[in-house]
Amino acid sequence: MAKKLINGNYAAAFGAKLARAEVIAAYPITPQTAVVEQVADFVASGEMKARYVCVESEHSAMAACIAAASAGARTFTATSSQGLLLMHELLHWATGARTPVVMVNVNRAVAPPWSVWADQTDSISQRDTGWMQFYSESTQEELDTVIMSYKVGESPDIMLPSFTTEDAFFLSHTFEPVEIPSQELVDGFLPPFRPEIRLDVENPRGFGSLSMPHQWYMELRYLIAEAMDRARERILRVEQEWKELTGRSYGGPLDEYRTEDADVVLMNAGTAASTIREVVDNLRREGKRVGLARIRCFRPFPTEEIRALGRRVHTIGVMDRCYTFGDGGPFFTEVKSALYNLKDRPAVKNFVVGIGGRDITMKTVGKLYDNLFRIKAGGLDSEKEWIDLKRPEVG
Amino acid sequence: MVKTPVPAEENVAPGHMGCPGCGACLALRLALKALGKRTIMTVPACCWAVMPGVFPYCSIQIPVLFTAFETAAASASGVRAALDAKGQKDINVLAWAGDGGTLDIGIQALSGAVERRDNIIYICYDNEAYMNTGIQRSSSTPIGAWTTTTPVGQTRAWKSEPKKSGVEIMAAHRIPYTATACVSYPEDFVKKVQKAASIVGPKYLQVLSPCPAGWKSDPERSIQIGRLAVESTVWPMYEVEDGVYTVRKPAKKVSVKDYFRTQGRFRHLGEKDIEEIQKTVDAEWELLLKKETMTARK
Ligand SMILES: Cc1ncc(C[n+]2csc(CCOP(=O)(O)OP(=O)(O)O)c2C)c(N)n1
Ligand SMILES: [Mg+2]
Repeated sequence: MAKKLINGNYAAAFGAKLARAEVIAAYPITPQTAVVEQVADFVASGEMKARYVCVESEHSAMAACIAAASAGARTFTATSSQGLLLMHELLHWATGARTPVVMVNVNRAVAPPWSVWADQTDSISQRDTGWMQFYSESTQEELDTVIMSYKVGESPDIMLPSFTTEDAFFLSHTFEPVEIPSQELVDGFLPPFRPEIRLDVENPRGFGSLSMPHQWYMELRYLIAEAMDRARERILRVEQEWKELTGRSYGGPLDEYRTEDADVVLMNAGTAASTIREVVDNLRREGKRVGLARIRCFRPFPTEEIRALGRRVHTIGVMDRCYTFGDGGPFFTEVKSALYNLKDRPAVKNFVVGIGGRDITMKTVGKLYDNLFRIKAGGLDSEKEWIDLKRPEVG
Repeated sequence: MVKTPVPAEENVAPGHMGCPGCGACLALRLALKALGKRTIMTVPACCWAVMPGVFPYCSIQIPVLFTAFETAAASASGVRAALDAKGQKDINVLAWAGDGGTLDIGIQALSGAVERRDNIIYICYDNEAYMNTGIQRSSSTPIGAWTTTTPVGQTRAWKSEPKKSGVEIMAAHRIPYTATACVSYPEDFVKKVQKAASIVGPKYLQVLSPCPAGWKSDPERSIQIGRLAVESTVWPMYEVEDGVYTVRKPAKKVSVKDYFRTQGRFRHLGEKDIEEIQKTVDAEWELLLKKETMTARK
């Protein structure tokens, strides 16, 4: 296996190439653009035998992917922020149509005002579309997850779309040494996509026509719910297979670090986890029992894993690089609701951090652990708090 | 002093973030000279969404609504509707967008506004690619051009499709007024913008705006390159007013090759490729002249 120095965007493109995506329809947007450009290069040079549709919007990108998948092709696209939001209608469509489209989303703040920096509001806003959502911490994880998510999504008993995210710039533009698996390895792992039901002149069918309330609409939705539940187990199994082939895995849907005997745990999704790991190690050296639980998979949600953690630890802080106005951080509200039916629940506090790309430093993380220890000693001070807010200058 | 119809008034301050030799920068400066202070503009995602500067600064000195990429025209329609609702009649509403925001992702909103006869001026500054995101093809990228999504390298996968014609699409909407322009001809551009402002209903201008970064050209030659585009009739200058075509014939004619030679984005093209393109350019020019003859008022 060869190591290459690449960033998250190139890793995404390599993932699509190694997975032998057959149709790519994508539209450029900062900071995802390098994915589109790299794939265009792969296709132009013949390294990737695929059709690349240079669509005129993200809405069309997703529509083309859904249609291509309906015609039996493996598809890939990538986007970010406004582009993902523009796709929203079609994201629901991809799920309803049971098309296992695979996408990479670079987590970028949403406008206005314009901001191209890291923020997870874009992908979290797609919570109810029925897409599997993965949040990567490293470039290697990004590449591996793209390949794995094809295998999960294309399982005949799942047939659901999925996206993997990269925090803008922290992952999309940071170069790391990445092991590029060989094509043979990936071919052995991921069989070609050959859906039985597809647009086929030998076997004509209508896809997605009208359904009445007394008919099958509700049941079709129930089948999606079941498929998403099955995906929980499948994600674990596929990761295990990948590990056997490559030696790499990422801790399942909830990636825990030094939580075995932890009193207080921070939860987070995305790249800030790397910073948190450093802080955990430092605090551990001081004898403080701290840990990290990284939410790697937001849909399906790792409810059982979070409950298992909740039974062991005293206080949990959930970091959100996004916010649901009128409620709280979305990761926070979901973690809290997963814990609700436990008999002995840990205290849970929400830290809203890094909005619009504001840096999450080791100092910031250190403050959060301090807060958690104060909560452990003296009870919950407040349920949610925006961290490192600036105050406008007066005058 | 030379007399010029270009007003002295400035509505774009020099403190902007445009690149040296940016045609789009000059284009807006001229357009706002022509339209004056009683103008409200909408700007979707494009270079001009970044160039006015970082909050709290804004080098455009009229009210600007920054909007989503696909919404320049719909936003202008909304501003006009609000002004109408408030009974404010003496204000220009300008939609200002790049070629991608106009002819790709924004064409639905543009078509809708024009068909509804909304009273707006839509100006597309055409730098022939997505420059904000780093030079990807648009449907307005000319045939033969290199961009990052029409890569050249060994694969010779430069853009193989002809440029979409915004003005012809608008003419097909029976728009009251549409025209091409070029920043190298400031008096002409200013006059067209002023004419547009004097007409009630939708107006569409497309102003060729050389982009040194994207065209791989010398920043100090942007004006000259614009002239060569016009003189080679690669970028013909014409107006369509209520269906009547008026074509501006270049005083001197140069070849496509003369124009292409000034830009790295065409460097890979061989003699044969350029000959082919020359033939299409000539045929398009002939067709345009025929349209002028056919639509001439008797
Ligand atoms: C929905 C959506 N998709 C993509 C983008 C990213 N984006 C911003 S500007 C731009 C290209 C603009 O091209 P053009 O309209 O030609 O203007 P220019 O940048 O050349 O001035 C793109 C793709 C976005 N902001 N919103
Ligand atoms: Mg452009």
